[in-house]
Amino acid sequence: MTPSPRDAAAAIETRAAWRLAGPTALLMLLLLVLPTLAVLALSFTDAELGAPDITFLGLDAYTDLLSDRTFKGALRNTALYVALVAPASVLLGLGLAMLIEAEVGGRAFFRSVYFLPVVSLIVAMASVWQYLMHPSFGPINLLLRMLGFAGVNWLGSSDNVLAALALIGIWQALGFNMVLFLAGLTAIDRTLYAAAEMDGVRSAWDRFRTVTWPMLGPTTLFVTTISVINAVKVFETVATLTQGGPAKASETLLWVIYQEGFVYLHIGTASAMAVVFIALLLFLLVIQTRVLDKQVHYG
Amino acid sequence: MTQPAIHLRDIAKSFGETRVLEGIDLAVAPGEFIALVGPSGCGKSTLLRIAAGLEPPDSGRVILDGRDVTAMRAADRDMAMVFQSYALYPHLTARQNMALPLAMRRLDGFERLPFAGLLPAVRAKRSAIQQEVASAAEMLKISPLLDRKPAQMSGGQRQRVALGRALVRHPRAFLMDEPLSNLDAALRVHMRSEIVDLHRRAGVVTLYVTHDQEEALGMADRVAVMLGGRILQVAAPDTIYRDPAHVEVASFIGSPRINLLTASLAAGGRAQVGPHVLADRIAAPTGSHIRLGIRPEHLRLEAAAGPWRLPVRLDRIEFLGAEALVHCRAEGHGEPLIARMPPAAADTLRHHPQLHAWADDAALLVFDSQGARVPRTTAAMAPAYHDA
Repeated sequence: MTPSPRDAAAAIETRAAWRLAGPTALLMLLLLVLPTLAVLALSFTDAELGAPDITFLGLDAYTDLLSDRTFKGALRNTALYVALVAPASVLLGLGLAMLIEAEVGGRAFFRSVYFLPVVSLIVAMASVWQYLMHPSFGPINLLLRMLGFAGVNWLGSSDNVLAALALIGIWQALGFNMVLFLAGLTAIDRTLYAAAEMDGVRSAWDRFRTVTWPMLGPTTLFVTTISVINAVKVFETVATLTQGGPAKASETLLWVIYQEGFVYLHIGTASAMAVVFIALLLFLLVIQTRVLDKQVHYG
Repeated sequence: MTQPAIHLRDIAKSFGETRVLEGIDLAVAPGEFIALVGPSGCGKSTLLRIAAGLEPPDSGRVILDGRDVTAMRAADRDMAMVFQSYALYPHLTARQNMALPLAMRRLDGFERLPFAGLLPAVRAKRSAIQQEVASAAEMLKISPLLDRKPAQMSGGQRQRVALGRALVRHPRAFLMDEPLSNLDAALRVHMRSEIVDLHRRAGVVTLYVTHDQEEALGMADRVAVMLGGRILQVAAPDTIYRDPAHVEVASFIGSPRINLLTASLAAGGRAQVGPHVLADRIAAPTGSHIRLGIRPEHLRLEAAAGPWRLPVRLDRIEFLGAEALVHCRAEGHGEPLIARMPPAAADTLRHHPQLHAWADDAALLVFDSQGARVPRTTAAMAPAYHDA
């Protein structure tokens, strides 16, 4: 039986589609899907680099993880870090953007100043922070003492180290969020503000609630998502400034995964942690888009 | 006139070096519908925004019902504005859009919080607002749309909601900034009569900005023609058309454009185009250059030559159904002339490449070299000129 012309055309189209999408699909398969599957497979084993044999542990690998105090500590630290950095960098970014937007002169200057941390190399900037936060001769403590406060042991005390890292994290994320919010603000139709004024919207707060905040919805959703993801992925500052210390107080998820996989060469454990890490990120994203998307208006 | 509802006095405004408004004076009577019409860039929208309080004037005063409100902010002037882009809050339903101006005026910050509705006093205020929204929606026939958001509505529906938002709080004045310009042609014509009807029922003074002369002439009680930051004439639509005060008004209003012939003035106030005398008794200095304006429907074309007639060459005839436009050109005179007439009359001209144009004395509009209207002198002149 010969195929009808329509079927033949469909077949040609299908072949063309595969030819066009093929290279990208192959790359994605090789670089993304297969490694992830490999990690998933390894996560059920006790694989170690250099060890001659591999035992299949199954779900025990994950139950072991749940009783692992290092991992639980890292989860808790990361959660705390995200809780500090994400809201602060989003809200401060919005506040800065609105201040700069309202400013008549010096816009470009302030925009550049706050954006600098985004383009600077965080590993290099970490040494600057180390100096700034030095307990005895760091400028921050000198300033505090000048004002009559006691100095703070920023990075050396297990009580403060997460807050100190969060401070650096906020500094780093602020400029990026600000620029995104600035773009969102400029996109708001000015006649909406005129309409609000005619409708009797008098105070700056009411204007913000009636126009600015709702119109920034898509921007805010995006900024929040990016901020949470970036905060969960905190690694450089931990690796350069604290090495997870003191007393494991600043061990975060990525740091622990790195330690397990690349320092102790426990590939199996590191893979299980990585799977949890990915699952966590996906879960956060789904929650965020589900909950927030309903309240966001897309122009 | 009784005390004007809106009185704009000597308003001037510049943006940087550009002078947008130069000494505007406009008094609008209570309940009146005034259209501000002019080409884009003539300053009409700026004038409206100054009346609204969204833009401060450089000088001059805005007076509402006898009260100087120049320094008062827009939110306190109690005027409602309808925008070309509708400017509805996209995240709110039609109902919420319309309720917002009432909520802003009647509820304080605490009473607008979601849980404040638990208090009986607040609940009573809110249900009163909802009732007023419902009755305004009824009037505009948008009740079924109240729970939709702007993105789920057509342009015409959005414009109705925007009108509803203005109407619902019974403002002191309506300010409309090209409200129909974003609608398609058919809907635009339909909404014109709806807005006029709405104005009649609400009886609220309305300032209506448009660049569309048909809208201005068809809707307004009086039309203010603006050009280059000045108001050239304020008058009833038929006066604007029949009796324009300035050549710019005459050529802006009317479609097709008024025919303008440049003429020189000979003794006895005789207007001459080349050797041809077209009119006399014009009260302007002899030797000056004037312009003769003839509306297309007043331009007569005939095959026969004669005194007071200008020889023209027939270009083409444009049939438009109920009427025809005859395009012709005076010899040695660059501007084309257009005559509007019944198709049958135009048909008789078809085989006469050489025609002669003239107009009734009463239909001739005369403008001096500055563009101002020039009257005809009442004294009868010697009939001898007719044979010139």
